[in-house]
Amino acid sequence: MELVLDVVSWGFILAGSGFCLIGGLGLIRLRDMYARKHGASLIDTLGIGLILTGLMVQAGFTLVTAKLFLILVFVFFTSPTTTHALARAALNSGLVPDVDKDSPIKQGAVPSKK
Amino acid sequence: MRVIGLIGVWYMLHTFSLAVLLSGVWWLLSGYTLVLIIGLGIGSVILVLYICHRMDAIDHETHPVHLAAGCITYYPWLLWEIVLANWDVAKAILKNDDTVRPRLMHVKASQVSEVGRVTYANSITLTPGTVTLDIEGADLLIHSLTQGSKEGLETGEMDRRVTALELGKGGPSAFSQPALHDHPEDTSVKRDSET
Amino acid sequence: MFITAAAAVLVTMALALFRSLKGPTVFDRILAINSFGTLTVILISVHGFMAGRPEFLDLALVYALINFIGTIAVTKFVTYGALENTTDENEPGDI
Repeated sequence: MELVLDVVSWGFILAGSGFCLIGGLGLIRLRDMYARKHGASLIDTLGIGLILTGLMVQAGFTLVTAKLFLILVFVFFTSPTTTHALARAALNSGLVPDVDKDSPIKQGAVPSKK
Repeated sequence: MRVIGLIGVWYMLHTFSLAVLLSGVWWLLSGYTLVLIIGLGIGSVILVLYICHRMDAIDHETHPVHLAAGCITYYPWLLWEIVLANWDVAKAILKNDDTVRPRLMHVKASQVSEVGRVTYANSITLTPGTVTLDIEGADLLIHSLTQGSKEGLETGEMDRRVTALELGKGGPSAFSQPALHDHPEDTSVKRDSET
Repeated sequence: MFITAAAAVLVTMALALFRSLKGPTVFDRILAINSFGTLTVILISVHGFMAGRPEFLDLALVYALINFIGTIAVTKFVTYGALENTTDENEPGDI
């Protein structure tokens, strides 16, 4: 039983680390700020989610698990707020998103506020 | 002073559930059972309730109890959606070729209340691959990263589910609130007339 | 196992720091520092387990909250040049 739990938490933590690394790579590689946001949101969702779930499996049913769960809930509700605030601030300050040719809204026609 | 009527009852219910929530979090994080320290905890809960009352922040918008029942089915579905979207975006980042096709588009939100729209926009932003850039009424401006994330949004599955959540499907109907439109002032008038 | 996770998180932190130094816009930097904060939360939690001291989780919890408030404050400051509410009277106050 011990061994099974260890293997499961290993899996979760390794997968979470992998998603963190890919998200970090996305922060470097993607082409503009709006695209990089998606890389950052990889870290904010499954990166932190899987690693903390792995730690929860390690801890079992204790107060530690409850605290880890609270951290997850906080991140779950605050990260879309920061992402949206940042995206909107960038859009309002006139940073034009670099979009694909077949985008429904074309490159020049970005509805900017200013 | 608030008139004791429908609004008063609502206010008491929201205050009560907020108090229960705050006490639970306090106790979870401290874990103490000493009488003095629990007294201090009760004092801090009352202080926070007073501050929330002064900010006029105790209502169905900041403390949406009426959505709680629908959340039980909605959030597991959203979690699974997030896992799938993560996989999609991770593949796109690793390949970094034609699969990365950033697009901008408009999406209509079919929810009537502002809480429902915010839940929808938040869910879109939380799912990797799509970010809500702006909300204008029921019109959401979306930035999507890959073909898969764009198509996933265009099926309207998430929109349908958030609307069902908002209408309190499966939840106690007593907790459903009058629909909010673009002007919050309208509803306050409507709710006053109900008392 | 914890060392593997900590190493991966540290490498990702280095990548985020690189993006925050490179820019090119100020929003890129804020985004990178926000990710850096999330990674710090993970690192503190993992370190708490590694050292066998669960008290570190309280720090991680507080760090998650400070990270949120700090990002919002910096975004608002960059956009408006002030932290007070500078929107028009009829507009809902936002960021």
